[in-house]
Amino acid sequence: MKYIDEYRDERVARALAAEVARRTTRPWVLMEICGGQTHTIMRYGLDELLPRELELVHGPGCPVCVTPLETIDKAIELASRPDVILVSYGDMLRVPGSRSDLFRARALGGDVRIAYSPTEAVKIARAHPDRKVVFLAIGFETTAPANAMAAWQARREGLTNFSMLVSHVLVPPAIRALMASAENRVQGFIAPGHVCTVMGCGEYEALVRDFCVPIVVGGFEPVDLLEAVLMLVTQLEAGEAKLENQYVRSVSYQGNLPAQQVMQEVFEIADQKWRGIGMIPRSGLRLREEYAAHDADRVFDLAALSADEPAECISAQVLQGRKRPTDCAAFGLRCTPENPLGAPMVSSEGACAAYYRYRRHAVAG
Amino acid sequence: MPVKTIAELSCPTPLPVRDKVLLGHGSGGKLSAELIRDVFLPALQNPVLAQLNDQAVVNINGLRLALTTDSFVVKPLFFPGGDIGSLAVHGTINDLAVGGATPLFLSAAFILEEGLSMDELQRVVNSMQRAAAQAGVQVVTGDTKVVEKGKGDGMFINTTGVGVVPNGLELSADHARPGDKVLLSGPIGDHGIAILAQREGLEFETTIESDSAALHTLVADMLRVTREIRCMRDPTRGGLSSALNEIAAQSRVSIELEERVIPVREEVKGACELLGLDPLYVANEGKLIAIAAPGAADELLRAMRGHPLGRESQIIGSVKQDNPGLVTMRTTLGTTRIVDMLAGDQLPRIC
Repeated sequence: MKYIDEYRDERVARALAAEVARRTTRPWVLMEICGGQTHTIMRYGLDELLPRELELVHGPGCPVCVTPLETIDKAIELASRPDVILVSYGDMLRVPGSRSDLFRARALGGDVRIAYSPTEAVKIARAHPDRKVVFLAIGFETTAPANAMAAWQARREGLTNFSMLVSHVLVPPAIRALMASAENRVQGFIAPGHVCTVMGCGEYEALVRDFCVPIVVGGFEPVDLLEAVLMLVTQLEAGEAKLENQYVRSVSYQGNLPAQQVMQEVFEIADQKWRGIGMIPRSGLRLREEYAAHDADRVFDLAALSADEPAECISAQVLQGRKRPTDCAAFGLRCTPENPLGAPMVSSEGACAAYYRYRRHAVAG
Repeated sequence: MPVKTIAELSCPTPLPVRDKVLLGHGSGGKLSAELIRDVFLPALQNPVLAQLNDQAVVNINGLRLALTTDSFVVKPLFFPGGDIGSLAVHGTINDLAVGGATPLFLSAAFILEEGLSMDELQRVVNSMQRAAAQAGVQVVTGDTKVVEKGKGDGMFINTTGVGVVPNGLELSADHARPGDKVLLSGPIGDHGIAILAQREGLEFETTIESDSAALHTLVADMLRVTREIRCMRDPTRGGLSSALNEIAAQSRVSIELEERVIPVREEVKGACELLGLDPLYVANEGKLIAIAAPGAADELLRAMRGHPLGRESQIIGSVKQDNPGLVTMRTTLGTTRIVDMLAGDQLPRIC
């Protein structure tokens, strides 16, 4: 497949890995932020190709994993109301809330539908004026423009039966929180290429400066990730900390300005709870006041519903790169993709699920 | 913060209780396997059922009769490359064929939803007739039920098939042995992607057509050149991965695949990239996998490629002794990864 096969070429990948090995003289801890990148590393076994000195730890960039428990509980609560059609990205249906998940809510009679795009939810709202359609709008800066567009369209059309249950998170404040933590081990970041396609890479300059940490914006194919690792190792070995862009075929410095514009028009920055991590100041998005009529939290008066995150769940440590999924006593035994105990085992982008699906033989052996 | 040992750290989110049937129980993945193991097998236990093949083979006065049944709930009813009628004929013929049986007769039971257009029903039945005639089988009995509007999805069809297995031929998912080769009759994922594209209104430069086809003549050509086939499967729901995981588990062997030789059409690859799906888990309706003795593999491959439905056949891997039950794959980068069976349906990723 053109524009994909080139980035999965064995010869190129092996040459890059060899170059990484040649330049690595001591141990480094690198974090890829995005769950899609974790997925590629596991699926292609990139860790097998890299020198032992390099430790790749997996970041919090799995939207399903970091969506707070109470958002899932709210979605399940809404789905169980007979007048509501709850529309969601497919991955969210299996995520356990406090007591149930959306698949079970559906089995119990809830009208829960899977959509590939939030605009499908708008279509459903148009087609069912007698029902209240709620879209579960979650994700990072990647899904935010499309979600914003859905709210914008609904407002423009006066679709009063369309609302969104919003749980949006932002990458740069998460990196800031990780770096500021006393327990941080990460020495270099692969920034998420899709997020930066939307937002550009300018936002990451301040992080590089404030924490003196190299950041390379990376793509999602094996060659992309190996190249990003090489760029990070080269900087680290030379004692440098710069912002670099490996994913130039998609990411520009400014990013996608029209997408940012619609985001800004619809959303405002807010404090945000991350599942497994906790509250991070100014790390999320919520609907602006003008969109209150499309904000499920306000329409259904859900704001009061809260769920206590289990304080000692290891997924917190996994999402911050402090522990590997295999450090968990339940991994692969009590916690598997068909019986997930925590969110990182649910989504294919979750670190635990990626380890389980692709690497447990290496772990066992 | 108090320091905890790893044993103390565990995710305390409660397990979802399995007191309701979920959609995933019908996905052909691990949940389906659990349902069979925990509900159906204990209640209905008998030696033939326990073999868990796609068809049951029973001996009646020396005649080896193969029986199989399958229900079809595909939506939309009509899709590029076929419809629910032809699919219901092909699917049941294939379940017989991969057991080495010559398919002879089918039954057809219709569950129709009140309000279904008579024209659609007629088109489906005509299509069944054409598919059956082409395959040389007859629909010899049937049943019709109508459910209230809203209680069905237009039309569900169940077909049951009867065929005859030649004496001496023993194909079974527990027969794979270390050293055997894994053969695949052509590109994977066509059916699942054709359905998904139609359902989601996705358009590609070329229309992806379902591979729905009756495989019994291909199987006949294969059995003509060798009897050293251990087992065959048609990788429908759950795709190549589920079928191979079942064989690995039942034969207590591992299977190692070679990613670069597994055929996948460019359009299917593209659609999978777009939707965040893995073709290894996407359904097929006109492909088979065969596990064959190493000495017979090349001749078998030639025979498969000589048949119109097997032109793009490949040897995609081999059977190993270590790690029984595990399916692994040498990736295009030369590294190794697991090809797991999915828990439920493959869910499209968010980004």
